[in-house]
Amino acid sequence: MKRRRFVQGAAALALLGVRPAQAALPTIPSLDAWLAGRAPRFERIKLSIPALADNGFAVPMRVIVDGPFAPGPHVKSIRLFSETNPVSDMAIFEFPVPIERVEVESRIRLAGTQQVVAVAEMTDGRVYAMATEVIVTLAGCMDGT
Amino acid sequence: MMEARINVPAKAARNEPFEVRLQIRHAMETGYRTDDTGKAIPRNVVRNVTCRYNGDVVFAAQLSSGIAANPYLRFFVTARSSGELVFEWVDDAGVRVTERAPVIVA
Repeated sequence: MKRRRFVQGAAALALLGVRPAQAALPTIPSLDAWLAGRAPRFERIKLSIPALADNGFAVPMRVIVDGPFAPGPHVKSIRLFSETNPVSDMAIFEFPVPIERVEVESRIRLAGTQQVVAVAEMTDGRVYAMATEVIVTLAGCMDGT
Repeated sequence: MMEARINVPAKAARNEPFEVRLQIRHAMETGYRTDDTGKAIPRNVVRNVTCRYNGDVVFAAQLSSGIAANPYLRFFVTARSSGELVFEWVDDAGVRVTERAPVIVA
């Protein structure tokens, strides 16, 4: 019975394409250096990237941090890190004034299948993170080789 | 040639966030590509993008070669009073571009 339930659950997950939220971050030296020992919480931030990207040259990316923020701390910045791109620091989005709707969309380049990490830093120093796995069929990186 | 496409709602509600969409025309050259003669094409990406609203910086982005060509950004700004958004960006070659968009707060 247990085994049957497990098989059903696994099949359902596979069918829905559900990717369980990563409870750990991939090892990215620049991310570790920036965190400097701070332990991020795996909540409030949501990084949406298609699970399968045909073209690594332009992969849609959306990051949202759930409010409400006022009167508490608001989002200071959101950083994007790549696990295997030649440049692991992909982008920094800054919010110099408090904003209730924290949502940024862009298109990123990915050099192959990897995890992408979004980290939000609050004005009180708290850090929220989420990692997402992306399968890339055509890497968005040509080195001429 | 247009340097960017900017999309701001025709009217924004006071104290509510409104959507801003910006697409910059730029090759975002990674520095990893070579030309026909095998010579490396130097890296040239848009580094800093800022969005000022009536003088105050309300959003800024630091980009890298990890952002796709013709970088696209969508973000939100809280409507306070009518005025204008001023977008400014600079690339590795030092080319600085400024674009403006009016904001009407009802």
